[in-house]
Amino acid sequence: MVNRIVTGAHYGLRDWLAQRVTAAIMAVYTVVMFVVFLRNTPLKFEFWKNLFEQGWMRVATLLFAVSLAWHAWVGMRDILMDYVRPAGLRLALEILTLLVVASYLGWTIQILWR
Amino acid sequence: MSSAAAKKVRPKYLSLPALLFEIRLPLPGWISILHRISGLLLFFPLAAWLLYLLDASLASQQGFDMVRTEYLQRPVVKLALLVFIWAYCHHFCAGIRFLFLDLDKGLDLRVARLTSALVLVTSLLLTAFFAVKIW
Repeated sequence: MVNRIVTGAHYGLRDWLAQRVTAAIMAVYTVVMFVVFLRNTPLKFEFWKNLFEQGWMRVATLLFAVSLAWHAWVGMRDILMDYVRPAGLRLALEILTLLVVASYLGWTIQILWR
Repeated sequence: MSSAAAKKVRPKYLSLPALLFEIRLPLPGWISILHRISGLLLFFPLAAWLLYLLDASLASQQGFDMVRTEYLQRPVVKLALLVFIWAYCHHFCAGIRFLFLDLDKGLDLRVARLTSALVLVTSLLLTAFFAVKIW
């Protein structure tokens, strides 16, 4: 590793860094949700619905979903690169992964803003 | 020249029995492969399942009641939920350990083994905590 800066392009470092940044974002969301859960069990529908109608909660959840999408894509691609040798099969599985990631994201937006 | 018995056969090809019974992963190796397996499980199918639960529980009062007082009360579903909780907790704890390793913290063998055990135990304790909560 010489003379390679994180803000540069195409060093292969960007995905590595993205996975760590998205991990940190999701970790914060997780801790917040953990506390919310513990303070409000047993959950009631009014509270649950009201929680996801708050603007900050929608944005935070969307941020989590986008982080998850990017994080899962890098992780799944790493797994496929390690275990699936034939290029065609690997490409097919990578495309499938991207489709699943996009579906999750669309579904999340649909749930949050219905 | 040394005796034939002492001479190692190279290359050594890995068979499934060798992978299962011969090769012993050190503890940090277990944390690593479990991080991978839990990540895969979380991506599919657990994330889809959780989105389904979120969707149903936010749709209406009936949907919420169906999820909370009926669906999530079934023992099999509770077990599935525990699998999710373990996978999430393990991925979370092991991930934080990896972040510290990236910062060159905890690289000594002794410390690496200690933090591995810590990750394993903490995620299992958290799973046990939630198991008590949901049962």
